[in-house]
Parts: sequence; structure tokens; C-alpha cells
Amino acid sequence: MNAGEAILGAEGQSCPVVISTRIRLARNLAGHSFPGWADEDERGRILDECVAALGGVNHLADASALRIDDLSETERLVLVESHLISRELMSSKGNSGAIIDTRAGCSVMINEEDHLRIQMVQPGMDLAALWKRIDELDTAIEGELDYAFSKELGYLTACPTNLGTGMRASAMMHLPGLVLAGHMEQVIRMVNQLGMAVRGHFGEGSEATGSIFQISNQQTLGEDEATIIKRLGNVLSSVIEQEHNARFKLLEEKGDKLLDKIGRARGILQNGHLLSSDEAMDLLSYARLAVDMGMLPAGWRSRIDCLIVRTQPGHMLREAGREIGPAERDALRAKIMREEFAQIPALIHISGVANANT
Amino acid sequence: MAESHKCQICGKPATVHLTQIIGNKIHKIDLCEECAKAKGITDPEGFSMGEILGGEESHSHVPVESVVCASCGFTTKDFKKLGLFGCPDCYESFAPIIMPMLRTMHRDVTHRGKIPTRSLARMSVRTKVASLEAQLADAVREERFEEAARFRDELSSIRNSLKTKTE
Repeated sequence: MNAGEAILGAEGQSCPVVISTRIRLARNLAGHSFPGWADEDERGRILDECVAALGGVNHLADASALRIDDLSETERLVLVESHLISRELMSSKGNSGAIIDTRAGCSVMINEEDHLRIQMVQPGMDLAALWKRIDELDTAIEGELDYAFSKELGYLTACPTNLGTGMRASAMMHLPGLVLAGHMEQVIRMVNQLGMAVRGHFGEGSEATGSIFQISNQQTLGEDEATIIKRLGNVLSSVIEQEHNARFKLLEEKGDKLLDKIGRARGILQNGHLLSSDEAMDLLSYARLAVDMGMLPAGWRSRIDCLIVRTQPGHMLREAGREIGPAERDALRAKIMREEFAQIPALIHISGVANANT
Repeated sequence: MAESHKCQICGKPATVHLTQIIGNKIHKIDLCEECAKAKGITDPEGFSMGEILGGEESHSHVPVESVVCASCGFTTKDFKKLGLFGCPDCYESFAPIIMPMLRTMHRDVTHRGKIPTRSLARMSVRTKVASLEAQLADAVREERFEEAARFRDELSSIRNSLKTKTE
């Protein structure tokens, strides 16, 4: 395999740069104050009404209903790290809940900023298919609940930035090429100019550890959902192209340095004994890049994506089954990596890079 | 949520809710759309509630600073502090403040996306039923029995059709 084929991905149709795509819809019930303004009694009534109504929706037949008050700190953190609930819901007032179907990558948050935040996540980049799925779920929910809606302004939301469609579509992108080349600032500026927002791994205010970024639409009013999704898709395609170019260039100009980083990452993941969350994310990012470049079998990509979530602090606490401090957490994280990477195959030689280095 | 208000001029359900501070006094007024139009309230910056109330300071204007949502009690100050609204009706109450902001925030200020048709149809039937029930009660009280019979028939036809749909 040469470097060119490697970077474009050995899987043909698959899109190595995009880890997953997500769509969330903000919806509110007519005749109630928004959750941030409602008193506890009203929040309680809203929660009960929503849980009862969602229980009658076929699409959510396999989902579990959770009250945030009933969950431990660790359980809440695990749900946030799995992108099933938001940090806002995790630390919200009483009478908040979530209906979660992990297998379908679907969750409905109740009494977050809006009465309902319906969201779906799926691997890869088929936003149109994801919209179709969430549209069906939303229509089914609307069969049970009266939505606050205005013909002029669309779905009425607590924050005016979500008005109209109430839709935020986003892609979780792995952009190590652009980060290593120092081009991320430029890319963020370009994406912003096209009306899209760039955020860190866990959304607003979070850091982009492991070169993982979320790109989403900023505007929700004035266009229909299909147009927003198409526009976002065009921006994502452009970012993917730039990421590919950055990887090509890195291989051409600093191939040995890049391969050295990947080799060292493999070594530490296989043999390390202490790994902080940030270091683990960086190393997994190199390992994922190695898969994209064909240096590791394609099946490892989803294993790495699982590890990115599994080695977050909340998941570590759950795995330990008891309260553990940062040092113990780092040891446990390294142990998981050693076990997971024990069977990792040797890195496949890339011919294009050898030429570039001579 | 506060219960719905009636128009202070004609008694129909009020959809325009205004608050104005004249001197040190807070004046609130609820109007239906027709009366609001008749009083020239299309641009809250350009009319005086004093005039509507027949008050003394008829030349003052409604300051957007003093708007209170009649449905949930949310104020301009709350919006400035939180950046979020109190309830869906706030978008009507705070229209003069929010519309210019929406123009800078979004691509356009007209919704072009999905419409919750089932939800809207259900709510429209409910409004229709409530209005027919009120009309029926009025007609019975005022002994307009022919009209009352018509309202009752209309109500039972709506209820029957709902029953058929849910079966």
C-alpha cells in the first residue's frame, strides 16, 4: 500500500476523519414555562407529562427512563462521556430526566435548557439518513405532546439561538493532520465564516483533546432542515479534504517524525503503566491515524473509538467500582490499554513515506 | 403560568400584553389583536399606553426596558441577565426586543422548516371546542335555544370524529 491510498482510507466508502454525526432537536411543550424559569412543581409536572407521553412512543420501546436525581455522580459522568446527556443536564436542578436507548444511539433529555432535547448519534457521516430517523421519532413524539410552535418563528425555544428548526446537527471530527500542521486556527475561522461553529470534544467550552472537534450549524432559523444539513455537509467535506491534504503534506515533509510519533504511541499504549486522560487521548489519536493510513487493520478504528470513551474519568471510576484518585485512575487506564493493545499487530510499512524520506 | 387574560376593551381573549411605567406607576394592559390594531399598537415604540388607559401622561412611549410577559412574569431585566426566555409566549411579549436580535443571529427570521402538523391540528381542535363550549353556555344562559342546539350539535360532531380517530 502506498501513502496516498493509505490516507484516503482502505475502506472505500468509509470516512475515517468523521468519528460520528449527531442531530439534536430542541422542543418545548405549549402552555408551560421553560425549564430554567419554571418552579420545581411545574418542572415536576413537565417531567411526569413527558415521561408518560414518551412511554407511548414505539420508537422508544427499548429505552430506559432515568431521573437525574436518582443517579450517582459517576453514573451521570458516564452518560456525559458517552454523549448521551449534556453537562448542563448532569448538573441541572431537580426534576430532570432522560430517556435513553444506547443501542439506537438515541436519547431524549427532559428539563435541560428546553423541555425536550431529542438527540441521535450514529457512526460515520450520513447526516441525511440520521435526519430521517430523528424526524420520524420527533413526529411520533409530537403525536403525544403539544409542541410550542409559531408559524413565523418555528419551534419556540428557551434560547433564541435555537429558534426555528430547533436543530443542531454536528460531526465529531478527528483532525490530527490539521492540528500537527498548525492549521486549526485557520480552519476554525473558515468554518465560522460559513456559519458553522467549532467546539471541543464535549461541546461548548470543552477542549479539543486527541485532536477531536465538533463542527455544527450555528443558525437554526430561516432555512429548512435539509438545507442546513446540506450546507453543513459541504463544510464537513471541505474540512475532510483539508485534513487529507494536511496528512499528505506531513507525510511528504515530516514523514519520519510522524511515523516515529505513531510508533511511540503504539509502544506506550502496549507497555505504559501510568496514563493521564489527556495523554491517553493523544496516543489513541495517533493510533487512529495509523488505522486511517492503513498501518493497522481497519477493524481497530472502532476499538479505538470505544477506548476514547472508555478511558474518560467517569468510565474509569465505574470500571474501578469505587472512588479512586487520579494516580490510581492513571494506573487503571494504562492497564486497560495494555490489555487492549496486547494483541495489536505490527505496524504495516508505508512505501510512500520511505520514498519521501530518501 | 398565569391564566389567560381577556381584552380590557372588548372581553375577547387577549393576545397583546403590555406593561408601561408612567411616572412611578406600573400600568398593565391586555388587548385582543383587533383592539390592539384599532389602537394603533403595531409598533410598541410608537404608541402610548397612557392614551389607551386614558391616563394623564399621554405623550410618553412604551420603553422596551419595562416589558413583562403576561403569561410567565418574565421581564426584560431577566432576559438581559439570563439570555434565555421564560416561556413560549415571551416571544410575543418581547417581540420588539428580540426581532432585531434574531435578524443578526439567524439567516432569516421566517421559519422554513418542519411544521408539527399533528400537534397543531390537535391544539386547534381544542381551541375550537373551548370556544364552542363558551358559546353554548352563553346561548343557554341567554335562552337562545336554537343557537344553543347548533353549538351542541357542532360539539358532538367534533367529539365523535375525535373518538373515531382514536379508536
